[in-house]
Amino acid sequence: MSTKSDFKDSRPISSFFLRKPKVRLISLLSLPMTWIVGVYIVSLFLLLITAFWNVDPFTSRVSPGFNLENFIMVFTVPAYIATSIRTLFIALSVTAICVLLAVPLGIYMAKIAKPWLRNILAVAITLPLWAGYLVKIIAMRLVFTEEGFFNWLMAPLGIRGPGFSIPIVILTLTYLWFPYMALPVYTAIRQIPPNLFDASSDMGAKGFTTVYRVVIPLIVPAIIAGSVFTFSLSLGDYLAARFTGGATQMIGSIIAANINLNPPVAAAYSMIPIAFVVIYLMVARRTGSLERM
Amino acid sequence: MALIEIRHLAKSFGNVKAVDDISLDIESGEFITLLGPSGSGKTTVLRMIAGFEDCDAGSIKLNGEDITHLPPFDRDVNTVFQDYALFPHMSVQENVEYGLRTRKVPKAERAKQALEAIASVKLEETVNRLPHQLSGGQRQRIALARALVLRPRVLLLDEPLGALDRQLREEMQVELKKIQRDAGITFVFVTHDQEEAMRMSDRIVVFNSGRIEQVGTPEQVYEEPRTNFVAGFLGTANIFSVDVARKFLGATTTVSIRPERIRLQAPGTKIDKSETSITGTVQEAAFVGANTIYILETDFGVKLTVRKTNTELLGQDNSFVAGDQVMAVWRNSHIAQIPV
Repeated sequence: MSTKSDFKDSRPISSFFLRKPKVRLISLLSLPMTWIVGVYIVSLFLLLITAFWNVDPFTSRVSPGFNLENFIMVFTVPAYIATSIRTLFIALSVTAICVLLAVPLGIYMAKIAKPWLRNILAVAITLPLWAGYLVKIIAMRLVFTEEGFFNWLMAPLGIRGPGFSIPIVILTLTYLWFPYMALPVYTAIRQIPPNLFDASSDMGAKGFTTVYRVVIPLIVPAIIAGSVFTFSLSLGDYLAARFTGGATQMIGSIIAANINLNPPVAAAYSMIPIAFVVIYLMVARRTGSLERM
Repeated sequence: MALIEIRHLAKSFGNVKAVDDISLDIESGEFITLLGPSGSGKTTVLRMIAGFEDCDAGSIKLNGEDITHLPPFDRDVNTVFQDYALFPHMSVQENVEYGLRTRKVPKAERAKQALEAIASVKLEETVNRLPHQLSGGQRQRIALARALVLRPRVLLLDEPLGALDRQLREEMQVELKKIQRDAGITFVFVTHDQEEAMRMSDRIVVFNSGRIEQVGTPEQVYEEPRTNFVAGFLGTANIFSVDVARKFLGATTTVSIRPERIRLQAPGTKIDKSETSITGTVQEAAFVGANTIYILETDFGVKLTVRKTNTELLGQDNSFVAGDQVMAVWRNSHIAQIPV
């Protein structure tokens, strides 16, 4: 018996797949493709179709059809427009604050902190991911409620918190999504060769110039990657607004309110955050950063 | 006054004394090489001159001014890094302009100077490329141009040729030496390659275990090694301990003799009176192209390495094979006495 047929006999499945690359590809992708096409794309498509349907005002029953009323409403009713803009503003603010916090923290962790402190900080950043999403929102609610921790702490200074409002929503969402920005940024800074920092200061650059000319340009892909998370997660959120926003409404709040009353309007309105995210990704793509994600 | 005066410099990493009480003067305009095996402290000294490492003790003066604790950006020295450290997101021209930009040189002027520097390393066609689009040798030259464009008093080079293949490395050795001579800049060059050090340097500083073993011209460190380490690190040396040397050679110190200074001839043949001979047996004769390397077991009980240059075709001159009885002969003046 030759060595080659020994090999075939001992590994019948592997040799079969090796000889049939198409079968191999199908068996590799069948499960994820079923998931992506069957569940993801189809449900999004159904959502889009629903957006063109109507609700009978008398029976409150959804009736299929094709009209643009829901879309016209979304784009003309001032409350809807204001909510869209407010939500966009909140999501962009959350993203900007995450970047402002993550870059200095990442530089400190990667380049200055001693290894033990670096590990503690890495754990501190990731630990909140283990806590439940609602738990964190309720925690923020407790901190900023009327008789809460913040007002108690600041009372001696005569400072009172803003109460449940847009700033607190932004703060809560920043707290929720910060790890998604901090981790890629920190990893990217760690991957910058130490020699580049030496070279920069060797050629006369002080710390700030090095950050501005060397560090930031090199971590733009990580910032974009992180911002895709912070931006789209903020855009779709409504529980933070509900529990820490007082009267603040976000796109998600209105969708949630309409989901039983008027599903076609909810469907039409949910196209707005999808459109925001698509536009955002297209802009990100133009910077060439998505290829490195 | 020397351009750089290093006094009692020391630096430890944890329990390891990387640099142990080093003093050294570097003269203006010279090409000086810090030579030693890895971990001998040569790179740490270079990094302390550049300002990347702070020292534990001692002082460094540049042109009379104490720069011991100045940050790198306040020192009139520039560095060429081992792996070049080019900024990957900047084009070749932007890389070369970087230092001029931090010095607030106007845009037109810095472009002009950068292009001149790039032209001086003959890479005009690469100005718009990114570093990853260059070959290793091209990156090396750009790193050099980036440092030279700032016209530093001193250029520090940290094993800059280490990553190049042999042929390219030899070309760059010639070119670096020429650039140094033309620009009149003081070069402090770190390498572990003794041949490279001897080929390029005005003076060599031999490092071992965080200390300086010897400072001298290539000829001095090769012909008059002051320690066993120097004798063995630069080229090959047959070292006779002081006991052996006293007993058989009448010397009072440890001595060394280079393999190429010994010739072999048949036992009992005539030698000059200015020469010394010992007899032994050829243990091994290895033909390595230009040379044949003989290992002899001598009657002293010590092994002797002999290098014979193959000026004739193999077998047409007096060559020996393993097992032959031979006489090893050298001129007395070729013995180097090692004081310590």
